[in-house]
Amino acid sequence: MTATTSTPILQARGLVKRYGHVTAIDGADFDLLPGEVLAVIGDNGAGKTSLIKALTGAVVPDEGEIRLHGKPIQFSGPQSARAHGIETVYQDLAVAASMDIASNVFLGRELRRPGILGSAFRMLDKKRMRQEAAEHMADLKIGLRSLSQAVETLSGGQRQAVAVARAVAWARSVVVMDEPTAALGVKESGQVLDLIRRVRDKGMPVVLISHNMPHVFEIADRIHVHRLGRRAALIKPSDYSMAEVVAIMTGALSVDETGGTVVADSKAAKAAGVQAT
Amino acid sequence: MTATSTPPSTSTPYAELKTPTTVRRLLTQPTTGPLVALLLACAFFSVSTTQFLTGGNLSLIVQQVMVVGTLAIGQTLIILTAGIDLSCGAVMAFGSIVIAKMAAEGTVPPLAAIALGLIVCAGFGMLNGALVKKIPLPPFIVTLGMLNVAFALTHIYSEEQTVSSLPGPLTALGQTFPLGKTDITYGSLVTIALFLLLAYSLSSTSWGRHVYALGNSPEAARLNGIRTSRLAIGVYTVAGLMYGIAALLLISRTGVGDPQAGQTDNLDSITAVVLGGTSLFGGRGSVLGTFIGVLIVGVFRNGLQLMGVASIYQTLITGILVILAVTVDQISRRKAR
Repeated sequence: MTATTSTPILQARGLVKRYGHVTAIDGADFDLLPGEVLAVIGDNGAGKTSLIKALTGAVVPDEGEIRLHGKPIQFSGPQSARAHGIETVYQDLAVAASMDIASNVFLGRELRRPGILGSAFRMLDKKRMRQEAAEHMADLKIGLRSLSQAVETLSGGQRQAVAVARAVAWARSVVVMDEPTAALGVKESGQVLDLIRRVRDKGMPVVLISHNMPHVFEIADRIHVHRLGRRAALIKPSDYSMAEVVAIMTGALSVDETGGTVVADSKAAKAAGVQAT
Repeated sequence: MTATSTPPSTSTPYAELKTPTTVRRLLTQPTTGPLVALLLACAFFSVSTTQFLTGGNLSLIVQQVMVVGTLAIGQTLIILTAGIDLSCGAVMAFGSIVIAKMAAEGTVPPLAAIALGLIVCAGFGMLNGALVKKIPLPPFIVTLGMLNVAFALTHIYSEEQTVSSLPGPLTALGQTFPLGKTDITYGSLVTIALFLLLAYSLSSTSWGRHVYALGNSPEAARLNGIRTSRLAIGVYTVAGLMYGIAALLLISRTGVGDPQAGQTDNLDSITAVVLGGTSLFGGRGSVLGTFIGVLIVGVFRNGLQLMGVASIYQTLITGILVILAVTVDQISRRKAR
């Protein structure tokens, strides 16, 4: 990416979140650059979810600063993050199964008819919602037979596509995707990865939380490795092997200022078959 | 405002996207099955009895079902949110006693007594909703408890006495006006108007969409910015208001305040909702379906009566119909998955 020198879209410095004696976020930093796919990886319990929740307003951090487009910002809840153009695609998709695709894209943000029909009778503008939903689908090259199909009639990959299209339709700054390929087969995963690429190609930065290392290496421009509540490394997938990244994730290797790796736990590093550069 | 209410859109047409034809949409509508059943029942009774297909008889059917029909509107709203209300008949009975006794004793003017009855019923609904959402408790248990509370209050307040000699405004909706050669009660019009109002609200407003979304998945609704507990309490309150209106219709039809009224109406209203194709699992169905369901029950009762079938067989057939309807719902859900 050529954008390494530009202002990060979303940035965090020194985030801390404690739950009683447990410190879920322990001085974490975060940087998302314009137009990139940033993968966030980490072992179970590393605090990925807490970090993402802080960045999408679901959790209010105790300490630290979040900047959006370079300006300090505080989210009071998920709604306020959404109002600032940060959309999240949740792991369980958060779709209403019996409702049609257009209704799902506009759920919670329905459009009303102009004039008295909309203001006094609160009438929905179904035609416009269908049209605009169709445009968003076309925009991302998502082929669906009809937008008045119920979401429950779709395959897992198609549902994921609807959830992504909804997020992209409303996001103005960032789309965050939580394990978008976790529940999908090989072919459908490939379709979703293609979809993520198209979202990036529209210029929308994507934060991708994933456990799937091959997917991460296939699609991410940079990888944020999270460990023990903070960022352990921020690297380019081209500079490291998958084994090295896993070693950083588990603490066998650590990354120094020059980007070289240092053996932090020689036994673990040996077991993982990696060595310092 | 435009930035937040409308996503930025491009103008690329998408040729592959087609809306299904009207015929196909009609065939896949969940109300199609119940409607066909209703029409078949009507055809059957028209052939087997001469009195069935007369204006007077059809008007009578609507009068017979208007109370349960109005209860069923509230029941539909609650079932759409994946809840259930066992207390509707008892709440209506309490509302009717409040209205009748207050007005008959002259403690308050008749119209104030009516307003008070509506508020009491809406209050019961709101309390149900708050217990279901705020604590939270299962709707089945909450409304089962409320059924007993309302039933007991009805008998305590009425002192087991039927209230009669009611002032005029209480029975005004029982008055009729001629339409052609048939007399129609104003109460029937109120019921039909309520069905149309709620059908519109559910199908064509954001509120309606949110009710369906809540029934589908409360979590999805919440993540999409819908304030689910406010919405649910609102739904139960509106349902309570419907029971209040049903109480007034009940008084206008019988001319008395009867503490024994409405004891099986909770199950009858659920029957109508299920026959109308609304899923007990929430999120799918419509009040128009319920209207058809109410008419199915009414037509069967009336038609079998005209044929001289004993009333216990009417109950038997209604029971079988309900089990059939729930089976169809369950199978179609499994197919959808």
